[in-house]
Order: sequence, then C-alpha cells, then structure tokens
Amino acid sequence: MDNSEIISVQNLTKRFPMGLSEFTALRGINLSFSRGEFSGVVGPSGSGKTTLLNIIGLLDNPTEGDAVILGNSSKKLSVKTAALLRRKHMGFIFQTYNLLPVYTVFENVEFPLLLLSMTTGERKKAVLQSLEWVGLSDKEKSKPAQLSGGECQRVAIARAMVKRPEIVLADEPTANLDADNSHHILKTMEKLNSELRTTFIFATHDEKVISYLRRKITLVDGKVSRDEVLKP
Amino acid sequence: MLAFKLAYKNLVGAGLRTWLNVFVLSLSLVLIVMTWGILDGWNIQAKQDMKEWEAGGGEYWHELYDPLDPLSYNDGQGLIPPEIEKMYSSGEAVPVLVTQATVYPEGRMRNILLKGIDPSQEIVKMPTSLMKGDTSVINAIIGIRMAKATKLSENDRVTIRWRDANGTFDATEIRIAGIFHSNVATIDNNQIWLPLDRLQKMTSIQGHASYIILKQGILSAPTIPGWIHKGYDVLFADFEAVIKTKHIAGSIVFLILLSLALLAVFDTQVLSIFRREKEIGTYIALGMTRWQVVWLFTVEGAMHAILAFIAGAIWGTPLLYLLAKYGYSMPKGTEGYGFTMAEKIYPIYGAGTIIIMAVIIMAATTVVSYIPSRKIAKMKPTEALRGKV
Repeated sequence: MDNSEIISVQNLTKRFPMGLSEFTALRGINLSFSRGEFSGVVGPSGSGKTTLLNIIGLLDNPTEGDAVILGNSSKKLSVKTAALLRRKHMGFIFQTYNLLPVYTVFENVEFPLLLLSMTTGERKKAVLQSLEWVGLSDKEKSKPAQLSGGECQRVAIARAMVKRPEIVLADEPTANLDADNSHHILKTMEKLNSELRTTFIFATHDEKVISYLRRKITLVDGKVSRDEVLKP
Repeated sequence: MLAFKLAYKNLVGAGLRTWLNVFVLSLSLVLIVMTWGILDGWNIQAKQDMKEWEAGGGEYWHELYDPLDPLSYNDGQGLIPPEIEKMYSSGEAVPVLVTQATVYPEGRMRNILLKGIDPSQEIVKMPTSLMKGDTSVINAIIGIRMAKATKLSENDRVTIRWRDANGTFDATEIRIAGIFHSNVATIDNNQIWLPLDRLQKMTSIQGHASYIILKQGILSAPTIPGWIHKGYDVLFADFEAVIKTKHIAGSIVFLILLSLALLAVFDTQVLSIFRREKEIGTYIALGMTRWQVVWLFTVEGAMHAILAFIAGAIWGTPLLYLLAKYGYSMPKGTEGYGFTMAEKIYPIYGAGTIIIMAVIIMAATTVVSYIPSRKIAKMKPTEALRGKV
C-alpha cells in the first residue's frame, strides 16, 4: 500500500494584519500527511485550524515557511497553477456547504468535472456514482433549497469526491448538522477513505468527528500542542 | 463554452432581476430599430414622392435662379435653350417659370408664387391636365395646403396681381380648376400653378423659364451655358438634413434608453459580486482561476444582451411587422411642417441597422459587465469563502 507523503508543512507561520499590528494565526508549524490518512486538526476557535487548511488547500499563502503539496512548493506556485492543482487533486467540504444555489444536485456535483473538460458520458457516470456513495441518487434533480442540511452536506461530499481527488479538506463539516446526520456523513467519508485511499484532513472541534479520526493534531494558539495516532 | 453554459444557468436562475434588465435592453433595441425604420421609410417614401412630384430626374436651374431668394426670380429666368427645347418636344423635360404675385382670397392679401408649367406634361405627377379646357378663363391648380391656407375650393375664382417684365402691375381673375393632394410641401405652400404659356404671356416673357424638370431616368445631363444642372444631391439636401437631424434625435433617445439599461446591468453586476462572494470563493476553491471567474461574471452580464435580442425578437418582431404592414400614421397637421411627409409612413428595417445596434448593445453590455467583475481578480479566496470581502 502506498503511504507516501503527499503534504508537508515546514516552519509554517501565518500572520494577518489587524489595524496597525498583526495577528499571528500559525507559529512555526511542522507537519506531514501521508496518502490515505484520515486525520483532523482540532482545537478551540481561533487556534488556526482553518488557516492551516486554507494554506494546505492553496487558497492562502504562508507568511513564512512552506507547504509542499503533492510535490509543489506553495512558495513557487502561481495563482493559476494553484487553481489547476485544486481543480485536479483536491476536494473541499465547507461548514456551510457552499452549494451553488441555482444548480440542481446533479449539476452541483458535476461542476468540478466540467472544469476538467470530461465528456458528457464520463461526467454522468461519475456524478451518478458519487451520488450513490452518499445515498442521494433520488435527489439529483432537486435544488439545494429543497434539501435538508444533512442532504446538502452529502451533496458537498459527493462534489468533493466526484473527481476522486487525492486530498479532501473538510472545514467543520458537521457544525450545522444534528448527531444522526453527522454520523451518517462521517461514515460515508470513512468508507470513501478506505475504498479510494483519499487523504481526508478535517478542521474541527466536534467530538463526533474526532471519534472517527485516526490521527488527531491539536492546535493551540497557532502551535501544534499534540500530534497523536488514535487508530492504527 | 463552459462560461456561457454556467452564465446562462446563473442568469436564468436569478429570475426577475434578469428579466427586468433584459426587458429594458430589448426595449431600447426594438425602439431604435423602430425609430430608424420609420426614418428610413420616411426617407425613401419622401424621396420617391419628391422625384414623382417635383424633381423628376433632376433639374436645370437658370444660373441666377435661387428658390430661396425671391429677389432672384426676375433675373433668374431665361430663354429655354435649344438643347432643352429638343428634350421638351420629346417629352423628356418640362420648363417651369416662377414669378412673384399676390392673391386676394376673400379680399385678403397673400404673397404667393405663380408657377407656369405645360398642362400636357407627364413628367411630374401634378394634375396639370386640369388646367386645359376653357380658355376664356385662366385655369389654375393648387395644393391642399394652399387651399387650406386661402380657403379656396375647386371652381372658386380669385384675383391675382403680378408685375410683368416691364415692372407694370397687372391683375386678373383665375379659376381653381383642381386641388391636388401631394406629400411634397414645396410644390404646394403659397403656390399657384398656371399654364406656362399663359404665365409667359402675363409676364411678357415669351419662351422663358426659371428651371427645367427632367424626366426620371434621363442619365445624361449635358452642360448648357447659363443653366446649372441640379442632381438629387442638391435637390434633396434640405430633406436629407431634416432626416439626419431626426436620426440624431432618435439616437439620443436610444442612448438614453441604452444608458438606463446598462446602468441596470452594471448595478446588477456590482450587487451580484457583493451578494455572491461565497459563490465566487467556491468557484475558486473548486479550481477555477480568478480570471475564469471574472470571465464568467462578464459573460453573465453580457448575456443580458443576448437574452435581450431573443426577447426583442419575440415581442418586437410582430410589433415591427405590423407597423411595416399597416404604417405609422403621422399626426394631423404635419402637412403644414413644410417638408415632404406622407400621411402614413411605412417603416423599412435594414439588416445593417439591426446588426449595428446589436453589436453596440453587446459591446456596451460586455464593457459594463467587465468593469465591476475585475474586482473578483483582486479578491482573496479565503475571505470570499466567508463572504467577508
């Protein structure tokens, strides 16, 4: 089984301007993630979880240090190359689902494949399979407004997984869901992780999510305070 | 292609906001096509009327004749040259003599022009044959505008007074043998048409004319000493100026409407970018480049124009067709405006006009869509995702 390192974070520091001073969100983080990990960055609000995920997702740049994603140093990446890396190799799941409201479930899930210029037939096959993974085959024609919160998040998972990315970054994916829906979604992601060997990295402080993690990285005030393997 | 597909979905998904913008844009398109169609129809009809009623195939003016200068009328006449006499005999030209006079309808005095023309002519449409017949009286014809202004009717008799070539005043009574209806005001207002030979006799200038009307289709216009050939470019110059002014006025209305529509599109784009920050962040997170998102929003704005063409075609085509079929009735009183205008104008729509307008609207809409969309390129995706731009 290929357990090669696909993400490496070295001496990562991120500072945000706050008026005349600066706020330091991350302070010299060193981490690495291997293919197929099901890990989470946990910690209280403001500890830097989302900032770390954004840098790994190439949506933000570090102030100091480097993040090497799939062999690409964030220091050397242009905005366009970063977009292409996200397009091909990454899936995102957000706390507020971020579904496109005017599109149907099918179209939302299809969207990343449109960017990859796949043929109609290939797209249809991939979307239907992805919807089957999350148990929403009967909702393909619904609009996000017609779905429950849990269903919306399952659509977001299907959208993140449809192109079978190497990395899925999930920022507080269960924050807006009840316990049943949370467990359902986490089981779905756990299953996809084991079936497709996709690396999942969560940012969360939800105990339900933490109970599914195999690796837990605790951030406090922008520093890694603990990095523990929960399940082998 | 992807941008067009996505933009279409986003636009249609936006509902009423989109359709309001589309309607205003289509309104400006249809109105300008209609306005310019009416002006073009008027232009073509009027020129045809002017050819048929007044200008024929062009004119020769005596070198001193200036229709806008009444003081030129005495000197602005001369013997009909032999070249023209020949054409006159063969029915290819007809001379007209112009002189100032006064008419006294119901005892009132009115300055007019007396114009002499051969009653047998067939070069212009005026019913000059009505002037034939009873030679014991001078038979004259007038236009409907003159009839209204002087309250003269058919068979009325009225006194006219003029000066002959020696400067002697003379007066006589004429009979209104006919009243003609023509869209061409310049052969009607303040004019009485008499048989040429009678007017030549009255003014003691036998064989003279002020100008010559050529038959339509006469291609050659030889140089004749003392006479100047006037083609359509000169004869229609005043009318062309009126049409040009109307075109400008129509374009101003179009620009105002288009500006309103563009303002609405611009406003929609600005609001969209603020309202859809999260969506923009999502596009970027899913792998679109910032410029792809800028292009998507630009296409979305520009697509208002495409939808406006479709909407304009749906509601505008029947309207424009009916207008072209049944004509646009001019308000009463326009006959007194002094320029050639039919009671009903049948618009003529040129494909060129429609294409030019479509290109202008498309280009303008694209520009006003692009300007606010550029802001997206400067957005931080992390902040856009949180809706905090």
